[in-house]
Amino acid sequence: MTRVKWTVWLPLAVFAGFVALVALQLFRPAGREVESAMIGKPVPAFTLPPASADRPGLSPADLRDGKPKLLNVWASWCIPCAAEAPQLAALQRQGADIVSVAVRDTPDDVARFLARYGNPYSRIGADDLSQVQLGIGSSGVPETFVIDGQGIIRYQHIGDIREPDVAMLLGKLREAAR
Amino acid sequence: MMAEFGLAALWLAAALAALQLLAGSLSLKAGEESGQLAALVRPLAIVQGVLTGLSFAALLVLFVNTDLSVKLVAMNSHSAKPFIYKLSGAWGNHEGSMLLWVTVMAGAGGLIALFERRLPEPTMLATLAAQAFVGLGFYAFLLFSSNPFERLPSPAPKGLGLNPLLQDIGLAFHPPTLYLGYVGLSIAFSFAVGALLTRQVTPDFARAMRPWVLGAWIFLTIGITAGSYWAYYELGWGGWWFWDPVENASLMPWLAATALLHSVSVLAARDALRTWTIMLGVAAFSMSMVGTFLVRSGILTSVHAFAVDPERGSFILVLLAIYIGGALTLFALRAGTIAEGERFAVLSREGALVFNNVMLTAILAIVLVGTLYPLVTEAMGVKVSVGPPYFNPVGAIFALPMLAVMAIGPLLRWRRESFAAIRLPVLVLGLVTVAVLAIVMASSSGIGLLPLAGLALGVSVAVASVLPLRGRKLRRMPLSVWGMVLAHMGIGVAICGMASESAFSVERLVAAKAGDTVEVGPWQVRLVAVEPVAGPNWTALEGRMQARYDDGEPIELAPQARAFWTPPQQTSEAALLTRWNGQLYAVIGEQVHGDASADAPRWQLRLWWKPFVTLIWYGGLLIALGGALALVGRVLTELRRHAALRRIAERRQEQGR
Repeated sequence: MTRVKWTVWLPLAVFAGFVALVALQLFRPAGREVESAMIGKPVPAFTLPPASADRPGLSPADLRDGKPKLLNVWASWCIPCAAEAPQLAALQRQGADIVSVAVRDTPDDVARFLARYGNPYSRIGADDLSQVQLGIGSSGVPETFVIDGQGIIRYQHIGDIREPDVAMLLGKLREAAR
Repeated sequence: MMAEFGLAALWLAAALAALQLLAGSLSLKAGEESGQLAALVRPLAIVQGVLTGLSFAALLVLFVNTDLSVKLVAMNSHSAKPFIYKLSGAWGNHEGSMLLWVTVMAGAGGLIALFERRLPEPTMLATLAAQAFVGLGFYAFLLFSSNPFERLPSPAPKGLGLNPLLQDIGLAFHPPTLYLGYVGLSIAFSFAVGALLTRQVTPDFARAMRPWVLGAWIFLTIGITAGSYWAYYELGWGGWWFWDPVENASLMPWLAATALLHSVSVLAARDALRTWTIMLGVAAFSMSMVGTFLVRSGILTSVHAFAVDPERGSFILVLLAIYIGGALTLFALRAGTIAEGERFAVLSREGALVFNNVMLTAILAIVLVGTLYPLVTEAMGVKVSVGPPYFNPVGAIFALPMLAVMAIGPLLRWRRESFAAIRLPVLVLGLVTVAVLAIVMASSSGIGLLPLAGLALGVSVAVASVLPLRGRKLRRMPLSVWGMVLAHMGIGVAICGMASESAFSVERLVAAKAGDTVEVGPWQVRLVAVEPVAGPNWTALEGRMQARYDDGEPIELAPQARAFWTPPQQTSEAALLTRWNGQLYAVIGEQVHGDASADAPRWQLRLWWKPFVTLIWYGGLLIALGGALALVGRVLTELRRHAALRRIAERRQEQGR
C-alpha cells in the first residue's frame, strides 16, 4: 500500500520538474543569439561598383590594407538604417573607418538618403542582387561586421546600432587591430 | 458595432462560465444535486456555448467585410484576398485561433449539457464545473492579453497581410484541425476530473467520454497526416518527418489519445483499468497544453517559429500549472480510493491492450524527453539538438513489440484466452512476417535493420487487421469493428510506407547542364532548360525537365528555386510525380560556380525516387477514416438505445394507466 501511495505522486513530481525547467528558461535573460558562422573567415570574393557618385566601390582588396574597418550592410529603403545613422556618425567621429554595401538600391535613392542622414562611409559598394549580403552571412539589413586588417571577419552585429553599441563596436575594432 | 457585439458576447460568456463553476461546485459541496443552483448548471453551459458561437461569428463577419478599424483584421487581412483566405484569416493568427479554441470548447460543453444523461447528476455537475474552470482560464487569456476585437485608434488605410506563403489551402485548415483535436481532449479531461471528484469511475463514464476522445483523435490524426505531407512537399528537403519540436508537439497528444482511446474501451466493456484511464485522460490534455505552450512560447527553436511571444508563453504556462498541477494533485489524493476494477489474465484482450498502452506511453515518454532534452542542456549552458538518430531506434524498441501485439490483440477474447485458440492466426502471421523478411533480404541487400523490421511487421499488421472479420457475418458487424479494422490496417499501411521510403529511396545529387540526362532508380530525367520566371513578389529559376519511367512516355516536371525579397528568403518548390508505386521528387538548387572549364552553366539538381512513399499518408487517412466509422457507429448505437429506452418508458406509462 505504501508503494502505491508513493507512485501516485510521481506524475505530479515529474510535472513540477517540467514547469520549473521551462519557467527557468522562460524568465532567464535572453542569451540566445546565434554565433555567426562567418566569424574568423575571410570576406568572400566580390567586386562592387560604386553606389554613389562621390565614393568608390568596394572589393576585398580594400579590406586588406592593414587597418581594421566596420563593414555596414544597409539600404535606403530600410527604416532601422536611418535610425542608426547618428550612431554611425558618432563611430566615424571617434575614428572608425566605415565601408558599406548598399543592398538593392538605386543611385538616386542612395544620394537622397545620404543627403538627409549624413554620409559616414569611406566606400559604398552597390549590391544590386544581394549576392554579397548573402555571401557574407547577413540575412537582413542593417548588419555591421568588424573586419580586421587582413580581411578576416571578427564580429557580426545584427540589427541597428544603438547608443550602447557604439562603445562596444569601438572596443571590437581595437581588439581587431591587435 | 460588430466588434463591440463580439466582445460583449465574449465577456458575457466568461461571466456565465464563472457562474457555472460557482453553481456547480456550491451545489456539489452542499450535496444538493437537485437544488435550484444545480438546475442552473446545464442551461448555463448551453447559453455559454451559444454566446461564444455568436462571438466567433462576429469575428468572421469582421474578416469577411475586411473591417480595418479592427486591429486584428488590419494586421492579418487585406481586402484583395480571395474569400476563403479572408475567412481563414480569422483563425490564422494567435487571437483568432484562441477564440476558435474557446468557441469549440464552450460549444462542446453545451452539447454535453444538452444530451449527456447517462452519468449520475453529481458527476455531470462536477464535469461541467471542471469545464467551466478550464474555460475561465482561456477567457481570461483572451480578454486580458489577446483581445481579438481590439479597435485601432484610427482605421488603417489598408491591411498588412497578403503574405502569399500563408495562402495555402493546407495551411488554412491544418492548425484548426489540430486545435479541434486539442479541444476534444479538454472535454475528456473535464470528464476525468468530474469522475475523480465524485469517485464515479464507471463503464458509463467511459461510454460518455469515448465519443469525445474518438473525435479528438480523428482530428489529431488528420492534422498530423496533413502536416507531414505539407512539410514533405513545401520544405523541399525530401523528408516527411523531422522530429521538429512542433511536430512532436502534435505527435505527443496523439500518442496519449491513442492510449486513452483503447483504455477507455476496456473500461467501457470490462470495467477494468479505472485509475489508468483517468491518468491518461489527464495526460492527454496535458500533452495538448504542453504542445501549445512549446509552440507559442518559442522556448524551443523550430522551423515553425512564426507565432512566438514569451509573454503569451508565460500565460499559458500559468494555466498549464494550475490545470494540470491541480488535476495531478487531485489524482494523487483520490487514486487510492478508486478500486482497481475487474481482473483479467495476461493472455486476454485486456492484457494485450494494457501491454500496448504501456508501449504507447513509453514512446510518448521518449518523444517528450527528446523534445525537452535541449532545454535541459541549455539550462546547463550547452546547446544541442536531438534528431532521428535518437528518436528512430529508441522509439522502435517499443514500437516493434507494440506492432506485434497489435496484430494479435484483436483476435483475443476478453478476460482469458487459451493459446490453442489463436495458434492458427499466430502461425499464419508468423509465416507472413518470415516470408516478407526472406523476400526483402533476397531481393535487395544493404537494408537497415529498422526498415526491414518495419516492412515485415507492417505487412503482418495489415494482414492481421482483417483477421477479426474471419467467420463473422459481415453485414451484421457493428460499424465500430469495421472502424478498428480500417484503423489497424492504416497503421500497417503507413508503417510499410515509412519502411519502404527509408529502405528503397534512391537519391541523386548532381550538377547538370541543359541537355544532361540523370538516372535515378527506374527514371531517366533530362534537364531541358533552366528559365527565369516571376511571381507577384518573387522571382524564380524554373528547371524544365522531362522524366521517363523505364523508357516510357516523357512527363514534364518543373521544380523552382524561388527568391523572395521582402524579406529576402529562398524557398524550393519541389516538383512531384506520383505513380502507383511511388513518387519522383525533384528540386533545383543554385547555379554551380567556380568551374571555368565548363562551356554551359550547370545547376544543382536533387532527385529522389521514393517507392511507395505515398502509403504513409494513405495509411494516415485510413486511420482517420477508421476512427470516423467507429464514431458514427458508437453514436448510432447510442441513438438507437435512446429511442428504445423512450419506447419502453412510453409503454410503461400506457400500461400504468
